[in-house]
Amino acid sequence: MSVNQIMFILFASIIVIFSILTVSSKRILRSALYLLFVLVSTAGLYFMMNYNFLAAVQITLYAGGIVVLIIFSVLLTSRINDRFASVKPAKAISTVIVTAIGAFVSISSILQHNFVPAAGVEPISTDVKMVGMQLLGYGTNGYALPFEVISVLLLASMIGAIIIAKKKLD
Amino acid sequence: MNFSFYDFTGFTQSIDQALKASMSPFWAVTIELVLVGVSILAFYALLGLFLVYWERKVCAMMQNRLGPNRVGPRGFLQTIADLIKLLLKELIFIKNADKLLFNIAPFIVIIASFMAIAAIPFAKGLHAMDFDIGIFYILAVSSLGVVGILIGGWSSNNKYSLIGAMRSGAQIVSYELSVGLTLLSVVVLAGTMQLSEIVESQRDAWWIMKGHIPVWIAFVIFLIASTAETNRGPFDLAEAESELTAGFHTEYSGIKFAFFFLAEYMNMFIVASMATTVFLGGWMPLHFWGLTGFNEIMDFIPPFIWFFAKVFFVIFVMMWFKWTFPRLRIDQLLQLEWKYLLPLSLVNLLIIAFIAMMGWHF
Repeated sequence: MSVNQIMFILFASIIVIFSILTVSSKRILRSALYLLFVLVSTAGLYFMMNYNFLAAVQITLYAGGIVVLIIFSVLLTSRINDRFASVKPAKAISTVIVTAIGAFVSISSILQHNFVPAAGVEPISTDVKMVGMQLLGYGTNGYALPFEVISVLLLASMIGAIIIAKKKLD
Repeated sequence: MNFSFYDFTGFTQSIDQALKASMSPFWAVTIELVLVGVSILAFYALLGLFLVYWERKVCAMMQNRLGPNRVGPRGFLQTIADLIKLLLKELIFIKNADKLLFNIAPFIVIIASFMAIAAIPFAKGLHAMDFDIGIFYILAVSSLGVVGILIGGWSSNNKYSLIGAMRSGAQIVSYELSVGLTLLSVVVLAGTMQLSEIVESQRDAWWIMKGHIPVWIAFVIFLIASTAETNRGPFDLAEAESELTAGFHTEYSGIKFAFFFLAEYMNMFIVASMATTVFLGGWMPLHFWGLTGFNEIMDFIPPFIWFFAKVFFVIFVMMWFKWTFPRLRIDQLLQLEWKYLLPLSLVNLLIIAFIAMMGWHF
């Protein structure tokens, strides 16, 4: 077994175990922490694929941004002794069945697919320069339009948030 | 084994080849990982001890006192004695705390700073990981530390800890923007995010000399914002001892408190080495245009001495801040960032992008 395989198994098992714990934990802040572990391990998978830029984006946006936001809102709203109510048995059993079917369908379709290593195809460079050129390029493979549309959307939501949060001046 | 203080590449490569020649690639890689990990860990602990001692000496100097002077020569062993005391102290468990989160929080803080230190170039070839996104990676992993502070403050089940954690969260999240924007201004000039290449681009002169006044402004903003990001005075509202006892780590005792303490000092080191690498030329010696004789004398000093001299200079400036400025209020703190530093660094970035586009920098 090579180092890469060991690392993959480590990351994959962290992702699986903590994903389940995230949805099954009864304390909301613990769920947030388990979610952090899942997101950081996903970044580890990107590092293994040598896609460093995406891994750093994953850590900054999801682990450093979204999880911090979730924790902030939990800190403002919940108390340390708060617990979720227990799930009714019927509901729990139906959830398990639905998840098992979903897992079976996706795993079996992945296992049946015959993966062949791509031959004669140049691997795409993933360094920051290429990513930046493509993101702001308007020729072939350029993403300038979606990029600008998303920035307008973000600006609109930012202004909306400020207007909602602003106190009435009277 | 060709060892030289000027270029560690040959030294590390000869270790790598010796390991690869004597065993299978799997074990060679594993042993290399362990070697790098242990050496970084030892460096981390020793440097932390030294910085605590130095901070106390600097503080004493600012306040016209002697500082630690009993244990060892000039009190040099004081922090080691303190460490032994902290190791022997009882770990107190809070009755109504969330035990898992309470115990895990110091580790998150310390792992975040430990991950960042691996990407810092200490000298030529003395660099654990050289990512093509170096600066971005350090920003990303150092933003993980705030999670540990927030969780530690909340799970202590104590109103002081909670207020301290909320303050520190708000502070770190907002000052991160200025830190990122000011680092980006040098990335625009250097044209790369890879730390080794940024250092290499300063071979003739450091960016602070080459980039005109905008880089000076960026450097000052970076110093202010990064002092705030490390939760140090005058921005230490998160642990403001006169109002919050000790802020987010009020309930921590023994070695867990020491972890928070150590992480604070190491974050200061990481921030100072970022300032060194990006603005002050990393391990490059001081060069002036035209002065060939002077430049050759400077070349004679080994790179890692240059690196640590610059880092300790920046750390000294940050300690100077702490012991001379009074603490800010939380509204003043957020106003400083959102109304002054952030607009200033945005405009500054624009000016630097224009300079880089016109090729006006040296």
